[in-house]
Amino acid sequence: MTPAGGFPAAARAAVADSQLRANLRGATHAIRDKRAAAVAEVADWEELREAGRLIKERAMRHLDRHLEDLEAAVIAAGGQVHWAPDGAAANRIVGDLVAATGSAEAVKVKSLATDEIGLNDALAARGIDVLETDLAELINQLAGDTSSHILVPAIHRNRAEIRELFLRELPDPGELDETPAALAGAARRFLRERFLRAEVAISGANFAVAETGTVGVVESEGNGRMCTTLPRTLITVMGIEKVLPRLSDLEVMLQLLPRSSTAERMNPYTSLWTGVTPGDGPEGFHLVLLDAGRTNALRDEVGRQALHCIRCSACLNVCPVYERTGGHAYGSVYPGPIGAILTPQLSDLESGATLPWASSLCGACYDVCPVKIDIPTVLVHLRGEVVRREAGGSKDAAERLSMKAAAYAFGSTTRYRRAQRLALRALRVLAKVPVLGRLVPGPLAAWITVRDLPEPPPETFGDWWRGRRP
Amino acid sequence: MVLGRVRAAIADVPAGEVLAFDRDGAEAEARYERGGTLDVAARLALFVERAGDYQAEVTVCADEGAAIAAAVGAACARHATRRVVVPDGLDRAWVPDAIEPVADDPPLAWPDLAACDGVLSGCELAIAVTGTVILATGPAQGRRAATLLPDLHVCVVRSHQIVETVPEAIARLATPIAARRAITLISGPSATSDIELKRVEGVHGPRRLELIVAAPGP
Repeated sequence: MTPAGGFPAAARAAVADSQLRANLRGATHAIRDKRAAAVAEVADWEELREAGRLIKERAMRHLDRHLEDLEAAVIAAGGQVHWAPDGAAANRIVGDLVAATGSAEAVKVKSLATDEIGLNDALAARGIDVLETDLAELINQLAGDTSSHILVPAIHRNRAEIRELFLRELPDPGELDETPAALAGAARRFLRERFLRAEVAISGANFAVAETGTVGVVESEGNGRMCTTLPRTLITVMGIEKVLPRLSDLEVMLQLLPRSSTAERMNPYTSLWTGVTPGDGPEGFHLVLLDAGRTNALRDEVGRQALHCIRCSACLNVCPVYERTGGHAYGSVYPGPIGAILTPQLSDLESGATLPWASSLCGACYDVCPVKIDIPTVLVHLRGEVVRREAGGSKDAAERLSMKAAAYAFGSTTRYRRAQRLALRALRVLAKVPVLGRLVPGPLAAWITVRDLPEPPPETFGDWWRGRRP
Repeated sequence: MVLGRVRAAIADVPAGEVLAFDRDGAEAEARYERGGTLDVAARLALFVERAGDYQAEVTVCADEGAAIAAAVGAACARHATRRVVVPDGLDRAWVPDAIEPVADDPPLAWPDLAACDGVLSGCELAIAVTGTVILATGPAQGRRAATLLPDLHVCVVRSHQIVETVPEAIARLATPIAARRAITLISGPSATSDIELKRVEGVHGPRRLELIVAAPGP
C-alpha cells in the first residue's frame, strides 16, 4: 500500500507541487479556523473530550464483551452478523451477499473501512458494479483517483477539472457551468435514478451501539439516507473498533464528531437504525464486523488508542506535515497524524513503517483530537518499535550516532557548557554561509537545504545567567 | 476467530476490571453537562435561532390547527408546492385547503413518492442547541422514504417537543429505539462542501426544509 520509497519519497514529490500545496493550505486553514469557533461555543468541551476518551478506552479494553452484545442485539432486531478476520474475507462475504440478491449493482455510502480493504475492486472482479454516491467519492471514482483527505476526499481537484470530468463521464450532464451548485445538481440528477432502482446498498458505520444493536451513519449530503433507506438489502461493513457500549455514549459522540469534523453544531443528517424496521426501509440488514489488523493494534498497550479514532479529520487540518504533503503521500486510506499511527499498526508494521517519522511531534494533533488520542506519544513509541525490528540495519545510524553524542554532552555540566559555546561559534559561522546545504555533509544536508538557520544569540543562556548575577 | 484474536489482544486487561464508567456513580467521571438550564421561552427562541442558522426556514405560530394550517400553506406556497405526502396519523387540521394531500397508504413506489412536490410531517422531538429535528418511524412521521424523496419537507415542531441539549435528546430516544423505530436527525437541508469547500445546499434529500414551530399563545 505504501508507495516505493515510503513517505519520504512520496512527500518529496508532493511538496514540490506548489498548486497542491496552495490548495491544501487554503483548505486546512479554512476548516481549522471554523472548527476552533465551533468548539469555543461549547463550555464543557474538555469534559466531553475526557468522556469521549473514557468511552473509547472502555470499549477497547472490553471489546470482546461489547462485540458479543452487539451481535446478539442486531440479531434480536432482525439483522444478521458476519465476522471477517481480514479484508479478503469481508470482500468475499459482501460479494456473496450481493450475489444472493440477484443484483449486479450496488450503491455505496462513503466508507473508509471498505476503501481500506479494496471492496470496490474485489466486487468489480465478480461482475458487481459499485457506485460511490458521496459527491467527492463519485468524483474520485469517475476519475480513477484515490482520496486525499478523510473528510473532503477530492480536495485536490478544482471546479474546472470536475466539470470536465462530469461532461466526459456522466451519461447526460446537459448544459453544465462550473459553479459548485451546478456540479452538485448534475450529480443529484445522475444519482437519483440509481438510488430509485438500487436493490442493494453498502455502507460503513460511524458507530454501533452494543446495548441496542443500533447502527449509525453521520453525513451531510443525504446519500447516506438514500442508501440506508431505499434498497431492499443493506450491507454495512464496520471495523470492530467502532462499537460503543451504551446508547447514552451517543450523547457524547454526537457532540464531539460534528464540531470536530465539519465544524458544525450538528451535521445535516444522522441515520440510526436498529436491525430491520417493519414497513420502513430495507427488509434485510447485514452487519459485517471487520478485523483486518485491528487486533494487531489492540495488542499494543500504548498503540491501541489509535483505535479510539472517530475519523473526524481534525488532526489532518492542524498538521504542518499534512498541510505540505497532502493525503496521497501517506500511501494509505488513513492520512495525516492518525494515519501515521494507524496504518503501520493495522499491517503489523509491514507497511507504512516510515510513517511514524512523518511528524514534527508538535502535538497540535493531540490538542484537537476529540477523544484525546495522544498521537505524539504513540508516534515515538512506534518509532522505537520500527527501529527495534530493523536493528542491525544501518538505516538509522545517523540518528543513533547523534543521540549518542547528545547523551555524552548532556552527561556532565562542563561538557554541556563547552558544547554549547562551541555550537554557538559554529552557528555564527554557518549562518553566514549562503549555500549551506552543499557544504553540510551526510544526512544533515537534507534538513538544511529546505530550512533557514536561526540567527544565533550573542551568548548562551548559561553564560548570560552567570553574568547577570551580582 | 475474530473474537479469539480480540481476547488474546486484551489479555493484559485484568479479569474483572471495572472502569470508572461501569462503577456505581460512574457519572462522576463524565463531568459534561447533560441537562439544560433554559426556560421554555428561551429554549424555543434558541431553537428558532439555531435552526435558522442552518438555512431552514422557520415560522413560529400558535399551537392550534388553523394557525398551523395557515403556516403550512404559506410554506408550501413559497415553493409552489401542491402535491404533498401526508403520513398516517398526522392531525388533519394541519393540512391547508390549498394543497393536495397524498396518502402513503398503500405504500407508494419510490418514483411516485419522488414525483410528489413535498411532504408534511410532525416530529419525535427537537434539539434547541443544535437546531435539530428528530424523526422516528411512526404516526405523523411516516416511513423514512416519505420524508426523503420529495423536494420540500415541511415539519411541524410543537414547543413541548423541544429539548435543550443533545444528551436530553438521546435519553428520549431510548424508547423509540427499543421499539426498533428508525431514527433520523435532521439539521437543515442536505449540503455538500466537496467542491473547493464551497457550501451547496440541497444535494440528495429535500432541498428545502420548512419548520413550523407551534407554541402556546402568551
